[in-house]
Amino acid sequence: MDLTSEYMGIKLKNPLVASASPLSKSIGAAKACEDAGVSAIVCYSLFEEQLTHDAGELDHYLTTNSESYAEAITYFPEINDFNLGPAEYLEHIRKLKSALEIPVIGSLNGVSNGGWINYAKQIEQAGADAIELNIFYIPTDFKIESAEVEAMYLEIIRAIKSVVNIPVAVKISPYFSAMANMAKKIDDAGADGLVLFNRFYQPDIDLENLEVFPNLELSNQWELRLPLRWIAVLHGNIKASLAATSGIHNHFDVLKVMMVGGDVAMICSELLKNGINRASEILNDLKIWMEEKEYDSILQMHGSMDYKSVSEPAAFERANYMKILNSYKI
Amino acid sequence: MNRRKITIDGNEAAAYVAHKVNEVIAIYPITPSSPMGELSDAWSSAGQKNIWGTVPVVVEMQSEGGAAGTVHGALQCGSMTTTFTASQGLLLMIPNMYKIAGELTPTVFHVTARSLSAQALSIFGDHSDVMAVRQTGFAMICSNSVQEVMDFALISQKATLESSIPIVHFFDGFRTSHEVMKIEELDVKDIRDMIDDKFIKLHRSKALNPDNPFIRGTAQNPDVYFQGRETVNKFYDHFPAILQNAMNSFYDITGRKYELYDYHGSPDAERIIIMMGSGCETSEETVDQLLSNPDEKIGLLKVRLFRPFDIKSFVNKIPGTVKNISVLDRTKEPGSVGEPLYLDVIAALNESMNSKNPPFAKMPVVTGGRYGLSSKEFTPAMVKAVFDEMKKEEPKNHFTVGINDDVTFTSLEYDRDFKSVSDDQFGAMFFGLGSDGTVGANKNTIKIIGEETDNYAQGYFVYDSKKSGSTTVSHLRFGKKQIRSAYLVQSPDFIGCHLFSLIENFDMLKDIKPGGTFLLNTIYSKDEIFNMLPEKVGKQIIDKKLKFYIIDAFKVASETGMGLRINTIMQTCFFAISGVLPKDEAIQHIKNSIKKTYQSKGDDVVVKNFDAVDKTLANLFEVDTIGKIPGSIKIKNPVSENAPEFVRNVLSKIIEGLGDDIKVSEMPSDGTFPTGTAQWEKRNIAHQIPVWDESICIQCGKCAMICPHACIRIKSYDEGYLKDAPATFKHMPAKGKEFGENKLYTIQVAPEDCTGCTLCFEICPVKNKQQVKLKALNMMPQLPLRKQESENWNYFLNIPEFDRTQVNTGLVKSSQLFQPLFEFSGACTGCGETPYIKLVSQLFGDRSVIANATGCSSIYGGNLPTTPWTKNNEGRGPAWSNSLFEDNAEFGLGMRISIDKQNEYAKELLIRLKNEAGESFADEILNADQSDESGIYEQRERVKILKQKFQSDSNPDAVELMSVADHLIKKSVWIIGGDGWAYDIGFGGLDHVMASGRNVNILVLDTEVYSNTGGQMSKATGLGAVAKFATSGKPNPKKDLAMMAVNYGSVYVAKVAMGANDTHTLKTFLEAESYNGPSLIIAYSHCIAHGINMEKALDHQKNAVKSGYWPLFRYDPRLIDENKNPFRLDSGAPAIKLEEYAYAQARYKMLTKSDPEHARELMILAQKDVNKRWEIYKKLSETDINENKTQGNT
Repeated sequence: MDLTSEYMGIKLKNPLVASASPLSKSIGAAKACEDAGVSAIVCYSLFEEQLTHDAGELDHYLTTNSESYAEAITYFPEINDFNLGPAEYLEHIRKLKSALEIPVIGSLNGVSNGGWINYAKQIEQAGADAIELNIFYIPTDFKIESAEVEAMYLEIIRAIKSVVNIPVAVKISPYFSAMANMAKKIDDAGADGLVLFNRFYQPDIDLENLEVFPNLELSNQWELRLPLRWIAVLHGNIKASLAATSGIHNHFDVLKVMMVGGDVAMICSELLKNGINRASEILNDLKIWMEEKEYDSILQMHGSMDYKSVSEPAAFERANYMKILNSYKI
Repeated sequence: MNRRKITIDGNEAAAYVAHKVNEVIAIYPITPSSPMGELSDAWSSAGQKNIWGTVPVVVEMQSEGGAAGTVHGALQCGSMTTTFTASQGLLLMIPNMYKIAGELTPTVFHVTARSLSAQALSIFGDHSDVMAVRQTGFAMICSNSVQEVMDFALISQKATLESSIPIVHFFDGFRTSHEVMKIEELDVKDIRDMIDDKFIKLHRSKALNPDNPFIRGTAQNPDVYFQGRETVNKFYDHFPAILQNAMNSFYDITGRKYELYDYHGSPDAERIIIMMGSGCETSEETVDQLLSNPDEKIGLLKVRLFRPFDIKSFVNKIPGTVKNISVLDRTKEPGSVGEPLYLDVIAALNESMNSKNPPFAKMPVVTGGRYGLSSKEFTPAMVKAVFDEMKKEEPKNHFTVGINDDVTFTSLEYDRDFKSVSDDQFGAMFFGLGSDGTVGANKNTIKIIGEETDNYAQGYFVYDSKKSGSTTVSHLRFGKKQIRSAYLVQSPDFIGCHLFSLIENFDMLKDIKPGGTFLLNTIYSKDEIFNMLPEKVGKQIIDKKLKFYIIDAFKVASETGMGLRINTIMQTCFFAISGVLPKDEAIQHIKNSIKKTYQSKGDDVVVKNFDAVDKTLANLFEVDTIGKIPGSIKIKNPVSENAPEFVRNVLSKIIEGLGDDIKVSEMPSDGTFPTGTAQWEKRNIAHQIPVWDESICIQCGKCAMICPHACIRIKSYDEGYLKDAPATFKHMPAKGKEFGENKLYTIQVAPEDCTGCTLCFEICPVKNKQQVKLKALNMMPQLPLRKQESENWNYFLNIPEFDRTQVNTGLVKSSQLFQPLFEFSGACTGCGETPYIKLVSQLFGDRSVIANATGCSSIYGGNLPTTPWTKNNEGRGPAWSNSLFEDNAEFGLGMRISIDKQNEYAKELLIRLKNEAGESFADEILNADQSDESGIYEQRERVKILKQKFQSDSNPDAVELMSVADHLIKKSVWIIGGDGWAYDIGFGGLDHVMASGRNVNILVLDTEVYSNTGGQMSKATGLGAVAKFATSGKPNPKKDLAMMAVNYGSVYVAKVAMGANDTHTLKTFLEAESYNGPSLIIAYSHCIAHGINMEKALDHQKNAVKSGYWPLFRYDPRLIDENKNPFRLDSGAPAIKLEEYAYAQARYKMLTKSDPEHARELMILAQKDVNKRWEIYKKLSETDINENKTQGNT
């Protein structure tokens, strides 16, 4: 049984990849993922915003009250060697690389063009096999038009592609007016992969305390539907590899991703919830299913149900109620 | 040899050498010496090595006594060892100093000479402390300037090694220790060349060593002790020559020449001054100026070696022509014939005159004088006055200079207009807020000018004593000639005012040179500004023909993400308009320096600062003053006309910055000051103040309870009091029986006293249903509300306080009806300590006596000009005193014992007078139940009647009773201090007081560091937290002081955190006070030294409790008698990880950025410690004491 897949030119022993998550925070957990059979691991994200914030915050709190009072000119010991850059993250990438045999994909999360280029280069130098850019931007500014937002994405991608030699995947949200067109532009900008889709922290309301609190729930299986649709639509129309993330919970989900044309299925919530060993169960189930259905390889099913390969491609385009109405009409 | 020129302060100069020539450094933080220890620790933490290639060990001890003991021990075992200290700290070292000297042990103690606590504490500089150790056997060497500090630190080290005599190397606290000066740095080779390792080996050879055993430190009897004491004479005899040799070697290496006694002036002088310390610099400058008159024959003798006093060298330096000598001492020795240096000079001259070859034809007339106590300015005018006085037929002896002594008339008159003439010197003054970075920017400016040009540069910084809204005044000098002006800038060429409102607080243009430059930070445009200036300021600008520039620095700061830090912006302005350096060159230097300073904090911070520099010039404007007419705005008086006379006449001068003009007769002679004075010092420092929304208020009282500055008050009152209320005065019906029937309820803010901390807003539990970001208190700009709310506040004050006997003390909401008797302190905005102190004052203040350990609480509680301690309308309130840092528990115990004794005596007298008083009345007094407010009220009424009965009675017992009758009313003794006191320096006393069984209430305001001296580690510091002396995170867990006290079984012990549970805090305070024995309350006190957003401080308190780091509990020994478990755990099991609490604070988080791996390790250990302690507390709280008893009985 050939489970191999290829993601951004990287050969993988199977299509199950651990997505950017706490799974990679400890070397032990990452190793457990490898032992459970995942074929690659995306490291948790280096947050540009966090780094900027940490630097400003530390400067603020270490100096705010200094030079105000004769007995206490300062309140903290003078330390000139703060590690406010991504060194800790880079060190972690190095450690993951030396502990694991599977490919390690670095992940960069941010909004501005500033720090990314340096960080991307450094991640490459730390040994990452690829980089996943998680472009994190909530366009709440009423003055910014969609074209400007799209241009910003593309500018970042081009800038990073121009400085690194390893493959670069782009993880985006589904909130583009013209998703297909945007995916094509990202592809044209040089992205080697598209990861569909990132999940933002969404605000919730605490009714007891009348507060807004952002949180992130583990994914549900139904969340896979959205990436499935877009992978089906995009497959064959763009050069970039396609990864589905969100809603991968069992071997059926992996199979669906492969059939619509995905190259890898990224898993996280299931492993966090039910243990890392679920990965080996899913892979095992995958094999059994393929055996039962007499599939020889992943390649065989890859894209077999994409937009152009299914009998009713409109199913990927239309909303459900339209189909029902049509059925009724017939 | 071309050595590096650096601009550093005296502390750094001393520490630099000390760190290079020692192996062990044992210290305890004390102002102004703390930076020496901190720098040494920072250098050692960074792996910097001494001249022998090893990193010195720096250890912070629990007191200076402990540091001295450690130094002694380290010396005994052969390490090169030093310490840094000052003031009371040096006094605590005295016992060991005798030992170290008696055993002929080489060491140098570097001392920033500082005032001693006498009628008051003072952190500033004089020689009171060092003069108190002149008898210990230590040699004493004085440095007068920052350069000399570095030089003498090294010379002293050589001399101590070669003589075996330990040395106190001292320099003036603040004036030299904190003065930033351009000096020539000694390089490592210089130091290496000075130290002969032969003497290091000798020192080590005399160390305790079991391979070559001996004993030292024996006890000797009358037969030999005396002879033993005399054995050291020859060492002292040799010392002056050894020191002079060291000075000569130093000269050979560096070219700087020093002598034991350095004379400067006319070779044929007739009048000379003899003195030590930074004043010598001012005197030398003045002598040079006066000698420009060829008829002057004057001079200055600088005493560098004070002990052992070398008469021969000393006398040899005085010109034989001298007829008058004035000896200036920077200390006061009440009752002595004269101050120490004066006495030594007299004795030395007398001995010389009695020798075979008398140095003078006639014994000069020698007078002694005192100057400069507590860093009092010592100026050229004063030096001239001293010289002028010597011209008189009968010069005044035992005089003072620099003050107006209108009581014993010791003071010399001096001509305030006499100033040093230094045409090539540029003087600048900058007025700023502590929080705006003015001082930091000026230090940086000095560095740039000092290190990038051939100018000499000097900076000195004056801070006020407030911890919130504090102002700073920077004094900078630059020039081609060496700067010897050890006094504030007197006639500045440039004045920068970094905050518009400060022009009302200071008469800052008073002494600016005509044609000078004035830079003002203001929101007004160049067309508006002149009309917005106070009339006086406008007039000064025109009359003095000043060049006047303005900038809206806050706008630039805001646009460039700098917040309120306008330092870089104002610094750029200074360079742009002062002409000290070419503009472009200066800006490049600023940028270089920004890069150097901030690059460790990330590129973003650097870029932000660059941006601020670039945007500054476009916003800097010169104001055309030609033809301008000053506006009509008058500068208001510093205090209200309604203030008491003492406040108006004396304290207001201090508030105004004119304290130097206060006469001796105006000062209390025994250090006693009235309370209730902070209310007159309207500081108006809040940008925003809380505004009450009565429509949604639930009257919980939490806002008033948490307010650190007692600016939120609550009253419940009859409707009739509304009659003349201002139209905007707010009220609502009182809700709940606690406030009485049919009462109105008002929450009123003191708008001019509020600091704008927002804690009231944060704690308010109500949210507006229409807009949830609004609460029952909302922050609004102060300025538009100031007038209206001041009227409301004054009206509110006239509504009577709620009857104390009717207050339900157990509820937060009603407890806040008690009037705070601690108000408007100078504590930090959002202080975590003061809410607890205020609560004590509310609950027990009208009958409390308070012993306050030195530290933050003694400064915001008792630093002039005003005190927050106040009294109620009956004239009662806390009686407060501060003794020292180390003895506070004992001080409070003494108060308790004294009060108890007088209570006992009063009772004895009353028993003797039972017949006269009436037996049943006497019994009522003797057996009164004073356990609640009603009982105390009734007892007060009885004592009032008692005093009326006996007021005219001549019976000796009655007369006696009249003076102690007040002690028949219950008194509450509170012992208050911080963790530095309770956990460290005062722990021994605290322990003893807890063991005494006496009824004292000990309140420990636990900020987990020495907050007042700048964040040094204490034993209360948490595991993993970074503090000074714990740069790599504290490796050990916080000392569990509470459990140590619980161990006694007889002490009421509690841990509280008001921000997490105010009801628990209230209950605890009431229980502790009611316990007739020692009580210990350890109160979580958030602090600026935690590196937190103070507005969110209460969240930190909550998380401290939620994480289990700060479990709330009470241990009440009384419960044992009720067969109940005395240990009650009042908070739940850890619900969040420790790191969630810790990493929200810079003190913990910074380690994750400086040493992530180590931070992780420490956090694991800290979490384990929290878990372990929680289990112990839980087990304790679940223990069934009856079961144990039963088992014990069987």
